Amino acid sequence: MADIWLGLSQAFWLVITFDAELMEITLRSLMVSLSALVIASAIALPLAALLAVRRFRWRRWVIAILNALMGLPPVVVGLIVYVVLSRSGPLGVLGLLFTPTAMVIAQVIIIVPLIASVAHQALRDLWSEYHDLLISMHVTQSQKVATLLWDARRALLTASLAGFGRAIGEVGAIMIVGGNIDNVTRVLTTAIALETGKGEFALALGLGFVLIGLAIAVNLSIHALSRTEVEARW
Amino acid sequence: MSHLLPLKVQGAETTHRGKRLVGPIDLSIQGAGATVIVGPNGSGKTTLLRLLHGAARLTRGQIAWNCPMDEAQLHQAFVFQRPVMLRRTVLENLIYPLKVRGTSKREACKSAVAWAAKIGLSDMIDRSALVLSGGEQQKLALARALITAPKVLFLDEPCAALDGRATREVEVILQAAKQNGTRLILSTHDMGQARRLADEMLFMLGGKIHEFGPADTFFEAAQTASARAFLKGDIVE
Repeated sequence: MADIWLGLSQAFWLVITFDAELMEITLRSLMVSLSALVIASAIALPLAALLAVRRFRWRRWVIAILNALMGLPPVVVGLIVYVVLSRSGPLGVLGLLFTPTAMVIAQVIIIVPLIASVAHQALRDLWSEYHDLLISMHVTQSQKVATLLWDARRALLTASLAGFGRAIGEVGAIMIVGGNIDNVTRVLTTAIALETGKGEFALALGLGFVLIGLAIAVNLSIHALSRTEVEARW
Repeated sequence: MSHLLPLKVQGAETTHRGKRLVGPIDLSIQGAGATVIVGPNGSGKTTLLRLLHGAARLTRGQIAWNCPMDEAQLHQAFVFQRPVMLRRTVLENLIYPLKVRGTSKREACKSAVAWAAKIGLSDMIDRSALVLSGGEQQKLALARALITAPKVLFLDEPCAALDGRATREVEVILQAAKQNGTRLILSTHDMGQARRLADEMLFMLGGKIHEFGPADTFFEAAQTASARAFLKGDIVE
C-alpha cells in the first residue's frame, strides 16, 4: 500500500515539475502509438468496410482469421519483426531495428486486426441497414465504402481508440524491436519494465499512473473533438 | 413519355434455394401514370418490384427496358416500406443521391433546400433524420428518391405504417410526381389508396399475375374470381 501512495506522489511530483526525462519518454510513447494508430486505421478501416460490402469466395475465412489475429501475442510479433529487420533479415538493409520506426511497425501489426475486427462488426450492421438503399441508388463500390466509413465514424472512432489503448500499453514487442535504449527508443511501458526490474517500484508505479492518465487524456480529447456523445441517436 | 418505357418482362422468374418466389411473369408497362400492385401477403409484390428495379436476381426470363440496363437504372428510384435513413441530417440525406451522381455541391444544396420546403421539413433541415417521426421519414425518403427526377419510381407499400394525415401528404407528393411525368409503380394493401392513385392495377397471387389492366376495369369488373374475391374482402390464398 505504501508503494502505491509513494507511486502516486512520485507521479504527481514528476508531472508538476515537468520532469525532462518523463516528458521525453511520454512524448516518444505518444509519437510511436499515435503514428501506429494513424497507419493502422488507414489500413484497417477501409479493409473492414470492404469486408462488409464485398462478397468474395474466402470472405468468411478472412474475417475468421482477422478475428483470430486480435489475440496475436505481441512477443511473437516482436520476434518476427526483429528477425525481418535484423541485419541478416530480408529488410535488414533499411537499418530500422532499434528505432522508433521498428516500434511503430510492430504496433501496427498488433493493432490492425483489432481495429479491423471491431470496425467490421459496426460496419456490417450499418451495411445491413443501408444495403437496399445504396443498391437502389446504384452507388459505386468506393462510394459505398466512403458512405459506410463516414456514417459509422463514431463507432470507428471507438475501434481506433481500442487500438490506441492496446498500442500505448504494449511492451513485449517494442521491447524486442526497440531495445529500450535511453533517449532513443525508451517509452513509458519499457521504462516501467526497467524500473520494476531495478526494484524501483515507486518510480515504476509513478510512470504507470502517468501512462494511465495519458491513455485517458487521449481518449477523452478524441471523444471531445469528435463530439461523440453530443448528438443523440447518431 | 419516358424513354425508358415500355418495360417488357418475359417469363421472368426468381427462385430462392430452389423455391420459386415469383414467376413466370409476362408484363408490359407503358407510358405515364401509376401501376398499383395489390395482393395478399406473400403474393410476391415486393419481389416483383425488386425484380423490375434490378435489386433482385432474375433466375429465368428477361426484363428489358427501352434503353440499356445501366442507363435505365440511373433513371429509377426506389422507396421502401420502412424508410431507410442515412445517419445524417435531413439536408445531407437529400443531398446524398445528387452527390453520388456528381452534382455540384451548390446545386445539390439548392435543390435539397427546395425539396425540404416542399415536404414541410425546412425547419428540421439541420436535424438528424433519425429523430424524425415515421411520416416525416417516409416523406424524406420520397423526396430523396424524387430529387434526382427519376423517370420511374418504385414504391413498396410506402404508407404501410403511416396514419391518414401522413398518407395524404405522401399521396399529394406522389400525385405531383405523376403529373411531372414520373412513372409510378407501387405496391399497397390499402385499396383506398389504390383507387386514388392507380391508372393500372396488377393483382398478384402465389407469385403470379392474376390480373393486369386499367384500374376502372379492375375495380368495376374484375375478370378473375380470385381478384373479385380479393376486392370483396375475402381471404384469398
